Amino acid sequence: MQEGKPLNSRQVNRELLVSILNSPKWFFMALAILGFIVLAAMSAAGFMINQGFGVTGLNRPVMWGFFITNFVFWIGISHAGVMLSAILRLSKAEWRRPATRAAEILTVFSLMTAMMMPLIHTGRPWRTVYWIYTLPFIPFDFARGIWPNIRSPLVWDPSAVYTYLTSSILFVMVALIPDFAVLRDRTTGISHRIYGMLAMGWQGNARQWKLQVIAGVLLSALILPVFVSVHSIVSWDFGMAVSVKSWHSTIFAPYFVVGAVHSGVSAVALVLIILRYIYSWQNYIRHEHIDALARLLIVVATGWFYFFVMEVIFGFYGREADEIAVRNFQFTVSPWNIWMMIFVGLTYFVPVSIWLSRSMRRNLWIMSLACVSVNIGMWLERFLIIVPGLARKQLLTFDWYTYRPSSVEWIIIIGTFAMVSMLMLTIARVVPLIPLYDIKEGEILRTEIKIGRVTIPAVFRED
Amino acid sequence: MAKSPILGLFESADHAADAGDALKAAGVPQADYDFLTDTPYPEGAFGERYESHRLYIFPFVGALIGLTVGILLTSMTQMAYPLVQGGKPILSLPPMAVVTYESTMLTAIIFTIIGIVFESRLPAFKEGLYDTRITEGYIGVLVNVDDADLTQTQTLLTQAGAIDVVRKAEKISA
Repeated sequence: MQEGKPLNSRQVNRELLVSILNSPKWFFMALAILGFIVLAAMSAAGFMINQGFGVTGLNRPVMWGFFITNFVFWIGISHAGVMLSAILRLSKAEWRRPATRAAEILTVFSLMTAMMMPLIHTGRPWRTVYWIYTLPFIPFDFARGIWPNIRSPLVWDPSAVYTYLTSSILFVMVALIPDFAVLRDRTTGISHRIYGMLAMGWQGNARQWKLQVIAGVLLSALILPVFVSVHSIVSWDFGMAVSVKSWHSTIFAPYFVVGAVHSGVSAVALVLIILRYIYSWQNYIRHEHIDALARLLIVVATGWFYFFVMEVIFGFYGREADEIAVRNFQFTVSPWNIWMMIFVGLTYFVPVSIWLSRSMRRNLWIMSLACVSVNIGMWLERFLIIVPGLARKQLLTFDWYTYRPSSVEWIIIIGTFAMVSMLMLTIARVVPLIPLYDIKEGEILRTEIKIGRVTIPAVFRED
Repeated sequence: MAKSPILGLFESADHAADAGDALKAAGVPQADYDFLTDTPYPEGAFGERYESHRLYIFPFVGALIGLTVGILLTSMTQMAYPLVQGGKPILSLPPMAVVTYESTMLTAIIFTIIGIVFESRLPAFKEGLYDTRITEGYIGVLVNVDDADLTQTQTLLTQAGAIDVVRKAEKISA
């Protein structure tokens, strides 16, 4: 796993800080285009808030549509960051080094984007303030005569997502301190002062490094249970709903967690390929790294496929009329059955067929397409779980209805993708997306082992 | 007698470790010298002293506080809303579990971060001698010595292979 050429500290600084110290010419143009799309999405959201929910395709009984689908999708993407970073740190996988920072930052931005979706979905986002800030230490605004169901599983969701968001931001910030010190030493003026503040006087002495290394492992161990809980709890938004038959399943938590990892790791692989291309980081994000991610993804995708099949089988096996009605809708009624086939093909059969071939795994264009394929498929998966379940008449509903998203919803959804891209691009201008010290550590541990007549590149690893 | 810092810059870990050995042999206490690097070297690579810490206490304290806050928050909220739902008790445990778990984990993580910063002795804006070449891969050996021994220490560092020895403080600005 050491295919790259040896690098020295000066070269690592020069090449990895290129996104910050020498912004490429296309940067502001790309930022402007993405900013325009985000602005359009914000205008659409403003229009929807002004005009009411009538401008969306949401109507009884399908009151959850694109917004909630997109919420679950971005929460899923956020799972890549900490999963990759924490598990690979704990297992001391050497190929983690270039991937961790980008993955962690993608986590933060996708979580922020995800949290916007339920707020937009409320229709009157400012009123959510009453859910939180009313009585000291006691949430919910009972005093205003608002009596929500405080025992609802929906209450669990914000507590889990905000815990994950806060933890992820802190995790990223702590790991950035040594790199802020590098930037402090390489900038002047106001940038120097800001990076100096953020580096907090970091010198890089033995004690500080020891604590930094322990911090990586300790925080990984603490965040992993939060990571698992978040998507489990998101799945319980559905799984705890007794009245919606196709949602009320005990398998949802692991099914959602594995699905989140599948889409998230694919997204990280895509981000790494884009970073390699736009900043010429061929020395850092190498074919071996993408190859390793693809091999990991084969396992994750197969795990996800197992849960998908189980979920469908359990649905049919009970032979309950409401459940069968939903399954019938998903698998036999056009266009839902066509979307279903597209979703399974894009999520599993297309990418896994690609990843089984070594040459395909190392072809970055094909890998990009496979990662995009997974994420389109996973977005469709969430849509096909949410909408058909609501569209069929069930215990507490009185109507059958289908759902067609409006242009307002499309614009908002496209805007969220532009927003995450814009935030990633902006942050690349401010912090190194590949951890400098991690790469440098990999270089000092690099060695060669001679076995017989072969010399093999290798790395030392501390216990 | 007043002590002053002196910083030797080395190109290789071997030379920096030699400098550490030489300082030890010259009777400089281990608490008076340190190694500054731009990446974590394996512990003991320079023969430096063992750094003890109490970081592991922080997450436990945080988790305990978070658990208490979580139980109080969820139970007080339920007691403030005494309306029976679905024949279930007012103070019902299952809805408390998730929020309590999250508050436990959140506080444990926040306390761990506080612990990392505190145990790393950060922020440390007024720390003495530093050189920006350290983040270019040079290894700094920072020694605090009596003013009378400065010249002797400089010679010692140079003999160990220092490519430069810095005596004037370069402020780590904020």
